[in-house]
Amino acid sequence: MQDLQTLWNLYGFETIFTVAKILCIIVPLILTVAYLTYAERRVIGLMQRRVGPNVVGPFGLLQPIADAIKLLFKEVIVPTQSSKLVFLLAPMITFILSLLGWAVMPFDKGLVLADINVGVLYLMAVSSLGVYGVIIAGWASNSKYAFLGAIRSSAQMISYEVSMGLVIVTVLLITGTLNLTEIVERMQNLPWWLELLMLPMTVVFFISILAETNRHPFDLPEAEAELVAGYHVEYSSMTFALFFLGEYANMILVSATCTTLFLGGYYPPFNIEALKFIPGIVWFLFKIASLLFVFLWIRATLPRYRYDQLMRLGWKFFLPLSLSWIVLISSILVYNDMLY
Amino acid sequence: MIKKLKLWVLYEIVAGMWLTLKYLFKPKVTINYPFEKSKISPRFKGEHALRRYANGEERCIACKLCEAVCPAQAITIEAAERADGSRRTTKYDIDMTKCIYCGLCQEACPVDAIVEGPNFEFATETHEELLYDKEKLLRNGDLWEKEIDAKLKADYKYR
Repeated sequence: MQDLQTLWNLYGFETIFTVAKILCIIVPLILTVAYLTYAERRVIGLMQRRVGPNVVGPFGLLQPIADAIKLLFKEVIVPTQSSKLVFLLAPMITFILSLLGWAVMPFDKGLVLADINVGVLYLMAVSSLGVYGVIIAGWASNSKYAFLGAIRSSAQMISYEVSMGLVIVTVLLITGTLNLTEIVERMQNLPWWLELLMLPMTVVFFISILAETNRHPFDLPEAEAELVAGYHVEYSSMTFALFFLGEYANMILVSATCTTLFLGGYYPPFNIEALKFIPGIVWFLFKIASLLFVFLWIRATLPRYRYDQLMRLGWKFFLPLSLSWIVLISSILVYNDMLY
Repeated sequence: MIKKLKLWVLYEIVAGMWLTLKYLFKPKVTINYPFEKSKISPRFKGEHALRRYANGEERCIACKLCEAVCPAQAITIEAAERADGSRRTTKYDIDMTKCIYCGLCQEACPVDAIVEGPNFEFATETHEELLYDKEKLLRNGDLWEKEIDAKLKADYKYR
């Protein structure tokens, strides 16, 4: 009893406070995920000269809620040949991992849940673990389509993580820290030519995160034409919804990562002094929203890649490019004596 | 050289994205269906109707040409002599689930009795409701007479 009392005194308040903070991140995040699906349908519709969902509620704004209710009331079908426990575990893994990354994301200066000094490593670790949800789902379904989709998906995610990691290394070379807040701060006062050198890396990183999240034009794991729906063919109801939410939450997470590492995080664009009166979190969210729009925009524009083209782009194009860029940037940094 | 440069600055992709961005702001072509409907041609072949003359006499003379021409054999007619000595149908059924809406019955009719009207919103919840009898068809005729008349007049000069 005495021990419990001391434990409560030591950590009780802090625990409750942390849980409250986590809820403050996750609840808006899940709402954003729901409305991202709405935005996707709407934006793609408009680009195809359609209207998109506009019937449920004003401007169709209640559509995601209607979808969620529909999915909740459907039956969870577990195939007889599947391994049940793992089958049900896979969507949870995917969804939870897509939320985990937000722990280290700096929303504003000092406004971060866990200001750990290896934030970038943590993010990479979490996004790498994301493959597990996919491959477990494909294996546990015991269906050839799901299995092939899972193999494709994991191969794709792993190959693009390589170039993603190397691109991040260039950022780390410039900033000399793994803490995300410090990266944002140090990326602010770079000479203009260094920022210009980072531009192609930003593009490479953005294309890599498209592949990493299995989005168009790299959505081969879900290629409807040949694989039905990829690794989640056998899933229905809420288990399917968790994969769906996980995919979209991942999109938001990688957009936030891209914002933090390359687009100056919570600072106004180009660090314009006159725009500083707007709080940093607004700029952070604005940048994420813009990136997400580009995600949807690309989906409305580009056709799907062939699988060998996808692999060629990853291994024969991005990998050499990012590797040589590391050499280039580090030699420039050493020459100018700018290494931290 | 130019081709290589275009590849490296992702020229084609940026051009394509610019196109879709322009389309984002273009006027939409979708019709908000239950609230607005597209214009229907005078030759539109919708729900069937049996018409009457202005004095209320039914036009159909039970010649059975429509029954004969119907490729889906959706029409069933039985005829008999009426009290005043004229030949009329006692039974005029159309199975709307067999009908292929080809409009041949309308073409075959010598007195413009059976006509495919402009109505296309007659979905029902049961099969039985779509087995139209003479009474239902005549009622349709009364209901849609104005539209059917206008549509026949509009198309008349092209026949």
